[in-house]
Amino acid sequence: MAAIDLLYFAWVRESIGIGHERATPPAEIADVAGLIDWLAARGGGYAEALGDKTRLRAAVDQLFVPLDASIAGAREIALFPPVTGG
Amino acid sequence: MIRIRVTDAAIDVAAELGALERAGGGAVASFTGLVRDDNGVEELFLEHYPVATEKALSDLAAEAIQRWSLAAATVIHRVGAMTPGERIVFVGTAAAHRAAALEACAFLIDRLKTDAPFWKRETRGQDARWVGERDSDRDAADRWKR
Repeated sequence: MAAIDLLYFAWVRESIGIGHERATPPAEIADVAGLIDWLAARGGGYAEALGDKTRLRAAVDQLFVPLDASIAGAREIALFPPVTGG
Repeated sequence: MIRIRVTDAAIDVAAELGALERAGGGAVASFTGLVRDDNGVEELFLEHYPVATEKALSDLAAEAIQRWSLAAATVIHRVGAMTPGERIVFVGTAAAHRAAALEACAFLIDRLKTDAPFWKRETRGQDARWVGERDSDRDAADRWKR
């Protein structure tokens, strides 16, 4: 799998400590939920931010998707809490 | 005519309403959201997902224009740090008649709250916390599904 741009927002960004990184997930990771588990296994701020998937939302290539969405071919994946604008 | 802006500058409501009045409709409706002083909030910080935000707002405006045959739709959202009383969001619509303008305006602000990637952080003294999702916002957005 090619490298993916990962973006984090709001408290996900604060817990992880960075807003952007590039990563290359193992080929067996098929969906956003799998990516979240893989990142959370890094521990520390990743585990804190990504340990409870019910609190997370995601976008693949800037399109909002459910967590069971495929990440095949994705170039940019964003992980964040439910939105609170307006 | 669609006008979308995500900005850290103050929102000039009079200028935005003037532009909507020149769009050729017979009715202009608008909504302005202000930063509330909820339990002593001193600062409200707005974070967003650049590009994705503008796309989400443009998609909503395009849907409103098509569904209510609007002459124009404007959505402007502040980002960055704000204090109570400041304008955080402006939604405006221009249509032939009032029902379309008013309904489309309500649609835009209701759906913006659930569809556009913005996040609010409130600061009170030393305490900064991210605002959580509200079920009432989800319900308000759902009523426009068809």
